[in-house]
Amino acid sequence: MNSIEKSPMPATTPRVIVREAAAPRPRWQVWLIRPEVVTLLLLVIAAIVATRLSPFFADLGFILESSTYYIEFAIVALVLTIVIISGEIDLSPAAQMALSACLFGTAFKAGAPIPVAMAVSLLSGLIMGAFNGVLVTVLRLPSIIVTIGTLILYRGLAQVLAGDKSISGFPSWFVGIDYRMVGIVPVPVLIFIAASILLGLFLGITIYGRQIYQIGTSEIAAIHAGLRVRRIKMGLFIASGLVSSIAGLMVASRLGSVRYDLATGGELTMVLIVMLGGTYIFGGRGSILGTFLAAWLLVIIATGMTVANIAINAQLTVMGLLLIVSIIATNAIYARSQR
Amino acid sequence: MNPIARLFRAREAGILVMLVLFVAVVSLIQPRFFSTETLRIVLLAVPLILVAAMGQMMVLVARHVDLSIGSILGFSAIAAGMVFRDHPELPLFVGFAVGVLSGAALGFVNGLVVTVFKLPSIIVTLGTLSLYRGLLFILSGSKQIDPNDIPEPLIRMAQTSPIDIPWIVIIAFGVAFATWLFLTYSQIGRQIYAIGSNPVAAPLRGIRVMPVTILVFTLSGALAGLAGLIYAARFGYVNPGITGVGFEFTVIAAVVIGGVSINGGVGSVLGTVLGVLLLGSVQVALPILGVSGFWQNAIYGGIILIALVIDRTVRQGGLRGLLARGGA
Amino acid sequence: MLRRNLMLAVALGATLLSGAAYAADPVSIVYIPKNTGNPYFDSIIKGFEDGCKTLGCEFTTVAPASAEATSQIPFVTAQIQRGVNVVAISPNSPDALNLVFDRARAKGTIILSVNSDMPGNETHRDAAILPVDFTKTGPSQVELLGKQIGYEGEIAILSATTDAPDQNVWIAAMKDTLEKDPKYAKMKLVTIAYGDDDPQKSTTETEALLANYPNLKGIISPTTVGVAAAAQVVETAKKADTVKVVGLGTPNQMRRFIENGTVEAFQLWSPYNQGLLAANFAVGVKNGTIKNEAGTVFEVPGLGKVTVEKDSVIKTQADLTTFDKTNIADFNF
Repeated sequence: MNSIEKSPMPATTPRVIVREAAAPRPRWQVWLIRPEVVTLLLLVIAAIVATRLSPFFADLGFILESSTYYIEFAIVALVLTIVIISGEIDLSPAAQMALSACLFGTAFKAGAPIPVAMAVSLLSGLIMGAFNGVLVTVLRLPSIIVTIGTLILYRGLAQVLAGDKSISGFPSWFVGIDYRMVGIVPVPVLIFIAASILLGLFLGITIYGRQIYQIGTSEIAAIHAGLRVRRIKMGLFIASGLVSSIAGLMVASRLGSVRYDLATGGELTMVLIVMLGGTYIFGGRGSILGTFLAAWLLVIIATGMTVANIAINAQLTVMGLLLIVSIIATNAIYARSQR
Repeated sequence: MNPIARLFRAREAGILVMLVLFVAVVSLIQPRFFSTETLRIVLLAVPLILVAAMGQMMVLVARHVDLSIGSILGFSAIAAGMVFRDHPELPLFVGFAVGVLSGAALGFVNGLVVTVFKLPSIIVTLGTLSLYRGLLFILSGSKQIDPNDIPEPLIRMAQTSPIDIPWIVIIAFGVAFATWLFLTYSQIGRQIYAIGSNPVAAPLRGIRVMPVTILVFTLSGALAGLAGLIYAARFGYVNPGITGVGFEFTVIAAVVIGGVSINGGVGSVLGTVLGVLLLGSVQVALPILGVSGFWQNAIYGGIILIALVIDRTVRQGGLRGLLARGGA
Repeated sequence: MLRRNLMLAVALGATLLSGAAYAADPVSIVYIPKNTGNPYFDSIIKGFEDGCKTLGCEFTTVAPASAEATSQIPFVTAQIQRGVNVVAISPNSPDALNLVFDRARAKGTIILSVNSDMPGNETHRDAAILPVDFTKTGPSQVELLGKQIGYEGEIAILSATTDAPDQNVWIAAMKDTLEKDPKYAKMKLVTIAYGDDDPQKSTTETEALLANYPNLKGIISPTTVGVAAAAQVVETAKKADTVKVVGLGTPNQMRRFIENGTVEAFQLWSPYNQGLLAANFAVGVKNGTIKNEAGTVFEVPGLGKVTVEKDSVIKTQADLTTFDKTNIADFNF
């Protein structure tokens, strides 16, 4: 029972009222009611449904083989997750993939040896990322519009470079990365897993990771806390550019050719993966684990529907519904845990 | 501040200057550009984007974004087209009504999901972009609406009218004028600006945020639906896989170039109209200049970025203000 | 790998056990058009369906939502996984599918390229079925336009993408005809515009043509999207009397323009026949009754005798069909 103890002398300050603190959330709730669990649940459900839909689905080798069509986007989505957690967004990676791949092809065609061409491509990724970064951090333009502008620009530059033609003829050791295997696991999948582990550790354990969450939660507070917000965000955009160019090279290897319209529509796929993984669009919340699971969810859904000969109409509808359902779930969970 | 200076400081001045410069430069290079023929072509290209831009502008002012308008356009065009094809005996306005109303319905769903579940509109409309495209494929049975099925009167609306200016141009500018009236003189119109500039304070001032937001999305959808009919009138057929794909980016580009801020609360009809005119002129000028098609996208992207920088410069009061802004 | 081999072994065993005395299991064919919702490919599909009804093959069709270069790859992989015998495809790219085709053929799947070939990459497919003799398309179109403009005046071409192999073959032949044949000496090709098979771009490019070349007498557009857009622009600009439009279009798309006089005549072939022929050819090759090599002649009910030519190219019909006011009512595709 609360009571105010009357002090003997009215002039002095009264005792402070102490209430019982609210009970902490049970540990199991913290561990289990989180967006990544929703993603995991959807993953399991999707796998079951896909197996029921078609007898040809339940073949691990096939699933892994088909996953390579989405893996490049998944890898970029990992970095995109971090960008979004920091409170920005980048819609240009798909176009960056195309431009850096076309630069690679053009350099190769001009006679440069493959390693040099690859270096050109990676350098271009850095530059494109830095360009985005400057516009957002130095000129303080909103990242969503900036990256819509740069996505159109980069795709356009890729068109100027490569025209309508495809560039191919790469040496056979470079081509076919999706068929280099370790056991039954294609190399791109291994790259994805490795990147997930690396980035997950970066975000979860290093001080930069902590700072990125802080910046995403409140940029003003982060600035006042002395964090180098501009520098960190710039670094993230550059990283996004670099990873996009790596992904572009992977696509070049997988297809054996490059075209300006490589990775068209990829921007939506990448954002879809990040959102399905439970990352909060306004920043401050999200995880690499979520994105990792969401990538596999996407692979299972897309592959499952394609091998069951489900018409593209249904596929688009399902994707759209899934996105909406997942963000409703994510938001509900975040709202609950806000208290 | 003297009135001349105020005129220059106006946001719209920046875009007007860009437009005039662009036309001047192109006309110097290719004198044929500066002709009534070109004006006619530009005016024909504008209605499609202008109508949808009015809707998108209101959405952006309210601090939201609607990425699904391309799919809504496609859906409405298919719905209207199917009415024309399967019931050619019904008068033209029935098809119009079907198109606009289906667009409004889809927009309403957008608004509902955003407000009831309190979700970010960028993601919701990203989802509905796919969802509505899938639905329109299902609705159309993956079949296109052939030129055969589009009624003559509709096509003629894109060609002429009693005063020799194509109907679609009249409709588009009429919509722009109506939007201006709505936003300037009506209670709800002012409320949209209020919601966009300060969403926290708005309910405290007695503004009913939820219904107004839903209204904004519904209007955006309805206008996208109208754009669908304009598409059918101008191109003469509707294809589920092509119609409206990528449209949202063009519209958002035009609106942003027109000075509407992505952070909400700022933007004018005049600016948006100028932005659409600029984009339309670019679209028409490039083939006339003989610029290879490959450069077009790069140029659009460049223009958007330049417009953004100019806009930001104007608002921050010059280049120095631009670079001096804080942040570690 | 192991699991797949096991599945394969079981499937083989099942086939062996289930009646080796009969003819093989029905041939399974899948046709992958460039994209969905395109009425031209719907006609080819109809041809396949009718062919398989007669022949007893199993036919399915799947398609990507958009026609970009790599959109068909996951579909081909999925079909290999399903174990289809024949993959017929209208490829969106001459080379992006090479690797996946090789993998399919290594498993014994037959790859047929339908409606267009893969220039430079023919070794990656088993045979190509073309709609018509492509070398004749260009000259036919030039002749059709020439007749309408009195063989004199400035003309332009509105094509698809700069990379489109079919259109480029036809345009090269057109240029050749215009230069070498004295009949067309007074016709001058002023420019080639590219509409990318996009209605919006095709429209603005055509409008630019009319603005830049006020003396233009005719436009040839050897692509269904382009010819429809060009006709629309000419009609809107009220220039149908001075600028003649010809091209390759589908009757349903061009019907309005023929009926209101904007376009006098245009050409195409029958996509339906291609589907029919492809189905027959596929079944024949799979069953061993047709040899896939140059010189083979086989019979298709409804089409007559067809010859396999060099590089396993097969032409469905020799000449283009011309559509105009007199016959357009007979067609529905």
